[in-house]
Amino acid sequence: MALLEVKNLGISFGGLRALNGFEVKIEKGQLYGLIGPNGAGKTTVFNLLTGVYKPTEGIIRLDGEDITRKKSIDISKAGIARTFQNIRLFKQLSVLDNVKAGLHNHYTYSTLEGILRLPRYFKVEKQMNERAMELLKVFGLENEADYKASNLPYGKQRKLEIARALATDPKLLLLDEPAAGMNPNETEELMDTIKFVQKQFQMTILLIEHDMKLVSGICEEVTVLNFGEILCQGETKTVLNDPQVIVAYLGE
Amino acid sequence: MKRMQKTTRSNFITYGIVIVGTILFQALDSAGMLSSLLSGLLVPLCYFMILAVSLNLVVGILGELSLGHAGFMCVGAFASAFFSKIMDGAMPDGLRFFLALLIGAALAGVFGILIGIPVLRLRGDYLAIVTLAFGEIIRNVVNVFYIGRDANGFHFSMKDAMSLNMDGGEIIVNGPQGINGTPRDSTFLISAILLLITLIIVLNLINSRSGRAIMSIRDDRIAAESIGINITKFKLMAFAISSALAGVAGVLYAHNLSTLAASSSNFGYNMSISILVFVVLGGIGSIRGSMIAAFILTLLPELLRSLSDYRMLIYAIVLIIMMLVNWSTSGRYMKEKIADWFRGLRKSGTKGVS
Repeated sequence: MALLEVKNLGISFGGLRALNGFEVKIEKGQLYGLIGPNGAGKTTVFNLLTGVYKPTEGIIRLDGEDITRKKSIDISKAGIARTFQNIRLFKQLSVLDNVKAGLHNHYTYSTLEGILRLPRYFKVEKQMNERAMELLKVFGLENEADYKASNLPYGKQRKLEIARALATDPKLLLLDEPAAGMNPNETEELMDTIKFVQKQFQMTILLIEHDMKLVSGICEEVTVLNFGEILCQGETKTVLNDPQVIVAYLGE
Repeated sequence: MKRMQKTTRSNFITYGIVIVGTILFQALDSAGMLSSLLSGLLVPLCYFMILAVSLNLVVGILGELSLGHAGFMCVGAFASAFFSKIMDGAMPDGLRFFLALLIGAALAGVFGILIGIPVLRLRGDYLAIVTLAFGEIIRNVVNVFYIGRDANGFHFSMKDAMSLNMDGGEIIVNGPQGINGTPRDSTFLISAILLLITLIIVLNLINSRSGRAIMSIRDDRIAAESIGINITKFKLMAFAISSALAGVAGVLYAHNLSTLAASSSNFGYNMSISILVFVVLGGIGSIRGSMIAAFILTLLPELLRSLSDYRMLIYAIVLIIMMLVNWSTSGRYMKEKIADWFRGLRKSGTKGVS
């Protein structure tokens, strides 16, 4: 059974049909790409999957569980984590606290235990610190743990966002244009990181990307969206050589 | 690990300031070295600091502008004064004040939740407008309460004292005249201890899992939701705790004077704005800063009383200086330089010892 199964997903904003008949099947451990020209509806798909928008019709199943129309918070608990196109970090918090915020639902103690500083507070905080440092090490951020998140350079902010998403211990990781605004060297490094995450955490990843080098380099399968509809779907190489796709991207 | 120690140390410096200040003022007071004006100001200083710290939880940590903080203080003041009045003589003074404190805080907290449920759905200016209105509504509603007690039990009216149909007995809450003869239980020591407890609650909350959740909502609501943080729950929690602590300040206020009436000067929006001034000038999000700002700005007008006409002029200049020091770039730079100088001093000091 596929980890993520989406059937006939669609949404209209008033009279505007933003997405129509979207279907996708992603197996466990797969690295899947979602591409398409600007305004094709890629981020809309992410927003539907994470409960930011409620679909007009269609079904979303994660690991067999129906998560259609659930709230963002329940979808996060069900196991979907995401990053954002325009980075959304907790800017005033430290790098470490950003990741610890991601651990919120996995390492718990009550507010009262926190205020009264009961033994459980110290025990759980210690576990949280260890786990968060582990994640930061994966992304080479361990030396910046005490920095304010907004003081990190751009590339590291992207990495921190992925680390925070992984802290929620997801089954499926959604990356929204992770390489946006990066130079070729940073993109290269990011590709390695994504591959590493896939292997190390046995993570299933769905990513939106414009950088064709990145997509053809790491994605096993892709779906191409155009004007809210699926244009082409399948193995990366075949899809990227499809004449229809080339027309959509480059024009005739 | 290192970071945790750093914040812990900073917290203990704050507690230390309060403890040293308490001992100092207590000593001066018992030695009779404080003017009657100043010694009468000791309890107000404490509750203003509690108000500033608690409002900073909403404004600085949750990142929402609330202009109705005096309203919650009003709830705490009246609930506790009412309780103290009817229980006067029925139980030991210490126990009565303790229970009054709990009742004042709890009721203000409940009001915080009730008002928070609709209000926290709003953001920015709208939240400020609605909280401003709620603060005024609470004060005006309290002003039309008439509650009396006689042999037949309690009488309640919202019209006037006559319509209570009292059979002897006494009127406890008398509309705009409020509550008279509240036992004066607020001492400086109790107030200072409550200030310390407030600081411990707020600072420990900030440096815990819930505090992180609250601050993550402040920094980015959508991202907070995406990592599974319950927005409504933590917003309400911050708002309720802040309200309850304002209620504690209200209890101290009510038991500091024997008459309690809700006028625009004590629970009106002027008061809410004054508290906000403490928070903003002390540094939004800086708990210690808002405490110190509340201290200086409460003390200053009273100390300058002898200058009569120039009083408010100097007060305004101090406001501007504090604003510059805390918020301008050059002011911050200067502060950092001074901090560095202190650090250097300490380091060379320890070197000399070793």
